[in-house]
Amino acid sequence: MRVFGKRIPLSVSLVFWFVVWEAVGRLGVSSIFPPLSRIVAAGMTVLATEKFVKAAEISLRSFALGMAFALIVGIGLGVLMARVESIGRLLGTWVNVFVSAPISALVPILMALLGIGETTVVATVFLFAVFVIILDTQVGIRKADRSLIEMARSFGANGYQIYTKVLILSALPEILAGIRLAAIRGVKGVVIGQLLVSIIGVGELFELYSKHFLMEEFWALVIVVFAFALVVSEGIAYLERRVEFYAGAR
Amino acid sequence: MSTDAIVELKGIGKTYETGVDALRDVNHAFPAGKLSTLLGPSGCGKTTLLKIIGGLIAPTTGEVCVKGKRVDGPGAERAFVFQDFALLPWATVLRNVAFGLELRGTPKEQRIEIARKFIGEVGLAGFESSYPHQLSGGMRQRVGLARALTVDADIILMDEPFSSVDEQTRRKFQEDMLDLLRHRQKTVIFVTHSIEEAAYLSDRIVLLSARPGTVSQIIHPNVDRGNKSPDEIRRDKNYLDAVDEIWQVLKKYLA
Repeated sequence: MRVFGKRIPLSVSLVFWFVVWEAVGRLGVSSIFPPLSRIVAAGMTVLATEKFVKAAEISLRSFALGMAFALIVGIGLGVLMARVESIGRLLGTWVNVFVSAPISALVPILMALLGIGETTVVATVFLFAVFVIILDTQVGIRKADRSLIEMARSFGANGYQIYTKVLILSALPEILAGIRLAAIRGVKGVVIGQLLVSIIGVGELFELYSKHFLMEEFWALVIVVFAFALVVSEGIAYLERRVEFYAGAR
Repeated sequence: MSTDAIVELKGIGKTYETGVDALRDVNHAFPAGKLSTLLGPSGCGKTTLLKIIGGLIAPTTGEVCVKGKRVDGPGAERAFVFQDFALLPWATVLRNVAFGLELRGTPKEQRIEIARKFIGEVGLAGFESSYPHQLSGGMRQRVGLARALTVDADIILMDEPFSSVDEQTRRKFQEDMLDLLRHRQKTVIFVTHSIEEAAYLSDRIVLLSARPGTVSQIIHPNVDRGNKSPDEIRRDKNYLDAVDEIWQVLKKYLA
């Protein structure tokens, strides 16, 4: 960004909005928006409490488990659907329906099936994440260069080698893009799942803070969750850029 | 040098699922240690025939015999060089060249050593850790050629290897390839659509008819490569006669 011919670093934008927030907070426009400085101070105390550490632990565990299942099932099914035409046709429509469906609507059913607890949250993360991984893996495998497969066969590759040494690597840019989108959806899954279950993890804290009108703590938690989602997404985006380099002239 | 048949085609026919007759009753024996070119009007099925020899496509009728034995798929005695290079974009030149050996389970140190040797021979020393997209078309095909040489197959199958390479690079590459193959008793089967390329490179030219392709005529250019420079060869009477003879045959198939 340039203002009066001078380059303005990106961090200025952050600082600017922090200042605006602080000012609005101090003016006392609404008790929902306390000044940022007080949110940060509240955050410091909250982050150190045992309750937060435990909530974070449960949330991270649900996220990691749900994502792990989504990765295994998503990549597996995506490859199968791309390679076996009948499976692709059988499941293709459903994957497309679910990738755009509001999965949150299904969480009450999950609660009825799996109980009000961590399992439901893991299942929510899984459902939020898995379909976009399936879809992107499928596209990546379908786009894989036919002549690379032919080349591998001509040098005597067996079926397993064609998958591990050609197909999966060839589809890696698409698979990683799918995983990045899935991770962002997965964070939503954790929060929505826990909010609806509302007795565990970060969701329980959100519920607690908003019910008791602890807006400083509430906003501190929002910032932590936003930052987490951003860090995960940027981490995968970094991997993607490296893979793009190697896959350069596909 | 033995002239026994190393690859024999017996009654090869190929009909695609779409009903297109690509090849019909192709019979031919390729002598060992020679460079044979498959040449014909476009769409005559020469690439299909090469892929059938390579075991990448199954013929509808007939059989392919290599060293007297019927083959039904790719084999270690045949190595392929592809028109579009078919290099792994995520792998370095070194790993690409060693990839055939990697698939065969050659231990890493050994295959790296062999790959380095051939990278040097095709003139790419210093580019071992480059990626394919950092190389020019000609250099990429040198990688493809090196990869085919590492597996030490007796038969090298080349599918229009120079067609995606510009004219000047192509000439230099053709000469280098002749140099490389001359002192290795390789049998080369080479698909091209360039009459000059066929006459310049080949010991024998197998002319195919228009679709459905079948063997129409065999031409022996008899170009004396002895001590002649490439430019002298291109003015050689036998070379010019061969070019003319091929053209007279191919002309018939052009509508």
